[in-house]
Amino acid sequence: MTAPLVVTRRMVDHPADSHSIDRYEATGGYAQAKLAIGMTRDELVETVKASGLLGRGGAAFSAGLKWSFLAPARPAYVVINADESEPGTFKDRQLLERDPHQMVEGTIITAIANEAHHAFVYIRGEYAKPARRVQAAIDEAYAKGYLGRAIFGSDFDLEVTVHLGGGAYICGEETALINSLEGRRGEPRLKPPYFPAAKGLYMLPTIVNNVETVSNLPHILAMGADDYAGLAHESDTGTFLMSLSGHVAKPGNYELPHGITWRELIYDIGGGIPGGKELKAWIPGGASAPWFVPEHLDLEITKEATAAAGSMLGSGAVIVMDETTCMVRAAERVIRFFSHESCGQCTPCREGTTWLEMILRRIEEGQGRAVDLDLAIGVSDGISIDLAWPPKMTTICPLGPSAVSPIKALKDYFRDEVQAHVDAGGCPL
Amino acid sequence: MSEPVTIKVDGREFEVKPGELVIKAAEAQGTYIPRFCWHRRMKPVGMCRMCLVEVDTGRGPMLVTACTNEVVDGMVVDTQSETVKKAQEAVLEFLLANHPLDCPVCDKGGECPLQDQAFAYGPGESRFVEIKRTFEKPIPISDLVLLDRERCILCARCTRFSEEISGDPLIEFQHRGNVTEVNTFPDHPFSSYFSGNTVQICPVGALTAKAYRFRARPWDLEMVESSSLYDPAHPRVSVHVSQNEILRLVGVDSEPVNHGWLSDKDRWGYEQVRSPGRLTTPLVRRGGDLEAVSWSEALDMVANRFDLILEESGGGSVAVLGGANGTNEDAYALSRFARTVLKTNNVDCRTGEGPSSHFVAATVDRALISDVDSADTILVWGPDLKETHPTLYLRVRRAAQELGVKLVIVHPRGTGLDDRASRILRYRPGGGHDLLAKMVAGEHEGLLEMFTGKVVAIVGQASLADAAELAESVAGFVRGQAATAKIMPLVERANTYGALDMGLSPDLLPGRIAYGPGQLDAWGELPEGAGRDSASVIAGLQSEELRAVLLVGADPVGNSHNPSGAAEALELAEYVVSIDTFLNDSNQFADVIFPAAGFSEKEGTVTNLEGRVQKVNEIIPAPGQSRPDWAILDDLSSIMGRPMGLNAAAQISKEIAEVAPAYQGISWDLLEWDARDGAIVPIEGAQPLTHIPVMVEGPKGPSAELLLHQARVMYDDGVRLRNSPSLHPLAPGAVALISPDDAKRLGAKDDSMVRVVTSKGEGEFAARIDAATPPGVVFVPLNQPGAARLGTDPVVRVTVVT
Repeated sequence: MTAPLVVTRRMVDHPADSHSIDRYEATGGYAQAKLAIGMTRDELVETVKASGLLGRGGAAFSAGLKWSFLAPARPAYVVINADESEPGTFKDRQLLERDPHQMVEGTIITAIANEAHHAFVYIRGEYAKPARRVQAAIDEAYAKGYLGRAIFGSDFDLEVTVHLGGGAYICGEETALINSLEGRRGEPRLKPPYFPAAKGLYMLPTIVNNVETVSNLPHILAMGADDYAGLAHESDTGTFLMSLSGHVAKPGNYELPHGITWRELIYDIGGGIPGGKELKAWIPGGASAPWFVPEHLDLEITKEATAAAGSMLGSGAVIVMDETTCMVRAAERVIRFFSHESCGQCTPCREGTTWLEMILRRIEEGQGRAVDLDLAIGVSDGISIDLAWPPKMTTICPLGPSAVSPIKALKDYFRDEVQAHVDAGGCPL
Repeated sequence: MSEPVTIKVDGREFEVKPGELVIKAAEAQGTYIPRFCWHRRMKPVGMCRMCLVEVDTGRGPMLVTACTNEVVDGMVVDTQSETVKKAQEAVLEFLLANHPLDCPVCDKGGECPLQDQAFAYGPGESRFVEIKRTFEKPIPISDLVLLDRERCILCARCTRFSEEISGDPLIEFQHRGNVTEVNTFPDHPFSSYFSGNTVQICPVGALTAKAYRFRARPWDLEMVESSSLYDPAHPRVSVHVSQNEILRLVGVDSEPVNHGWLSDKDRWGYEQVRSPGRLTTPLVRRGGDLEAVSWSEALDMVANRFDLILEESGGGSVAVLGGANGTNEDAYALSRFARTVLKTNNVDCRTGEGPSSHFVAATVDRALISDVDSADTILVWGPDLKETHPTLYLRVRRAAQELGVKLVIVHPRGTGLDDRASRILRYRPGGGHDLLAKMVAGEHEGLLEMFTGKVVAIVGQASLADAAELAESVAGFVRGQAATAKIMPLVERANTYGALDMGLSPDLLPGRIAYGPGQLDAWGELPEGAGRDSASVIAGLQSEELRAVLLVGADPVGNSHNPSGAAEALELAEYVVSIDTFLNDSNQFADVIFPAAGFSEKEGTVTNLEGRVQKVNEIIPAPGQSRPDWAILDDLSSIMGRPMGLNAAAQISKEIAEVAPAYQGISWDLLEWDARDGAIVPIEGAQPLTHIPVMVEGPKGPSAELLLHQARVMYDDGVRLRNSPSLHPLAPGAVALISPDDAKRLGAKDDSMVRVVTSKGEGEFAARIDAATPPGVVFVPLNQPGAARLGTDPVVRVTVVT
């Protein structure tokens, strides 16, 4: 638990002005972008591959491998996904707000590596202050010649445009984000092509990276890929950010080393459950992730261990629920979110999520029937066949299958609590 | 063509084209995969999820949509697995969850893909006990189409059609998730010429046609295939009838012609067929009024009078106009009647617009509609196809948009295809030859280079101000650049091509033969000398050189650019006989009117703009005592003592195949069995008359501050549209379109009344400020109600009245 801080170091050490370009440069900022100018695409891709950096937007896909898929057509584009919308996730907000230049430098490195001369930062519209900070940072970088024509006096041009989202969770999905950026409806695109690196923005090769992902890049170049990879536990390299919320004494963002357990996270780092209450369940990786219960407390927080237990680390949002939490109501709240955010293009997600929401609301409000949990499981089955993990989706994108995670929890751990609702004609808690 | 790949579908192995979509490849081999959103003429969207199948390409079975995945070698497809069944049942249960299931009162009931697939693949019961979604219903999304949103399954067929196919993206998804709906944008109705296609492809009863809504159950309909009424491409239609009344037309997907699409005018134009205004008995003028008489009385009267005139003044004193609205068999009978019974060569099916009849009928090499798909460059220098040749417009649009064909548009103002054009050239009305000369001189950089490789030149009269020979000169110019260029000469009325092929022109005989003595032995001795065309017939009647005229579906007063001349001619004519379905502006001058059978009331063939002969069929009886043109003409011939001996359309068709060289080999058997999409004439050998277009010098364009552009638009004030209650209100009326610049200069606003004055006439029009009309041009749509005829001289003055 004594891992070095990487992406939050500056904001921890200099809370007053970590977002300013002066502080950024005084603490080594933009040196790596300058360095990257002199590197070839292959060198950069290999370095990032060697670092083992995984995408931090939720899918945990190798960032270097993603870059290596860039198709030969040009122009290529870089898009920074700052549409952080997964309920419980607020790590990118802090990176954008408190260390925007780190993200800008990461963007420059990404653009150099991917031969892109135009990058877009797609920030969710609700992030007013982060967007202001990012725009200010970009303006400062332009003024210094780090962006725009001939950056750092090289022959490399890079324009960066900030785009604010219109308020749709689905625009965090990279292809929906690209549609939105193009001015179309924010709907995920069909796969294949599986990666925008083949056909993305304006059907041209596009690298979409998360804020935290690119914020790691200056450090990977500074530390060297091997040292960065050395901060590893099993296959997870570097550090990771977790947004801890819910029934914990010390909620907030934490930059953590890999390999700690959930017990350490919730009870040591998070300070345990307030009021001495019992832990009932937690969502380990954002609202999309299948839930964990106390039997999972001693699992290590790694990609593999979490997947083996049937869930995911996703966007690093941990939502803790204590014994006073009604699981039906919690499930209804999460599913209501997904039903509200479903883009509506595919049938199972559009119809299924709303149906699930209606069933759960009925149970919570006292009109539940004994068959309703099995009905909800049956409806979920039509969105995510057999509730398998990883999901066998009947949909275009994972939003629909994400919405059934709470149903899986009710099915596996809280069947009795649902029945109690039915028997009591309402919520017994 | 790359090597075929081998795939396995449900255990059966097939070789298929690489890159084919799984859904198509499987269907071609007899495995139907259910679907709602996928439509073979549009891009896949994979939205409804009904076509989920398990596909294994070596990495284990994956659940994917068959409509978005392409076959690869060794692919194993399972359309029957437990997982697939589960997915299909789930999708259907989801679709039906919020569907109103008002099938008993839904137009689509009985022919509904949602019903059929719920029957075949659904779980058989619903577990949905919640309250269903509701919307205000129905809402009109256009003047012709209604939307019941609660029935909609959000497959995006209609929205894709409007964006991808017709280029009028006026309907779109709105909101998201469970409250997503299809709707129009505020104050922008779905005013497309093609809106009816969305009704046709809607897989549920969400989009319905105002004209058909609640009128029939599909299982009560009799259906017969035919060709549509107005579109000169003759898209195939299925005519649906109940109790002897046409209730709707549905487009039939014909690969070479229309891909299933119809214009709204062709889809709903059938309304006039059952109009109460149809003529039902022979009428004879007595003391100024038209009186119903028996057929024998009317026929005797006309035969005797024609005999008398012929005896006194010979065949040169009578003329025949029309014949372009009926079948080829009618046109043949008329052509033969004129030449052998009336002994006249004053015969014309044209209205005095468009390129020469020789050019239209006999040009080689003539382009096929499908040639536009594989062309390198398409030139359209003629009418705005969207207005006058709707399915050809869709085909050219697709070629430019989806197939990468370069498109050159030359027109005096904006056209429906401009947004897909690689090159747009404008010219001032009457200045076509000036532009052509500049093009020849290479003054348009890079333009001549575009006319290489496979070139299709679609040419016709873009503006009434164009010289008649301009279209042919354009074709000649293109040939000069690309010797193998194919030419598609355009005229606008439905069966003009067939009528010309039957010799309804003073310089033509049936089967693309040049008119002349001894050219058609089967008809015996032919009248000598050059006959009169329509303009000359009108002039001859005005000068009283001609005594009598037979109008067959012709309305020179209502439908020409010389209405006052035509009216004077008919008034002066000693004897006017009309064969028609309606009273019109011209046969109000007639002495005798015979009621004619119309669309779907007679069998026969028609010929489209590429020379494709197709069968049209009889499905309803003609109203009252009306009869096919050929039967009326045959009766007259018998009474006049020169019997043609025609006793059935099928027999006439055989006679055409015998005497008309270009029609050798055409038979109804062929068209009904082996050539369901029609046959291109000449099918056996060459046609006797082969016309090679040449470029000729034309007049210099006029120079004036304002020039008048007149052209036809989709909805006109012809008698048939006047009797089509759904369509007639869509006509623009008497309007003059002017550019924003000119409007400012003249002080005109939208709806200001303006006076438009030419050397030939004048009239008052409602002004429309129109960005598609360039400065210096006034656009007046032809044949609109109350629009005075302004003549062909484009020099014009415009003043604001109010």
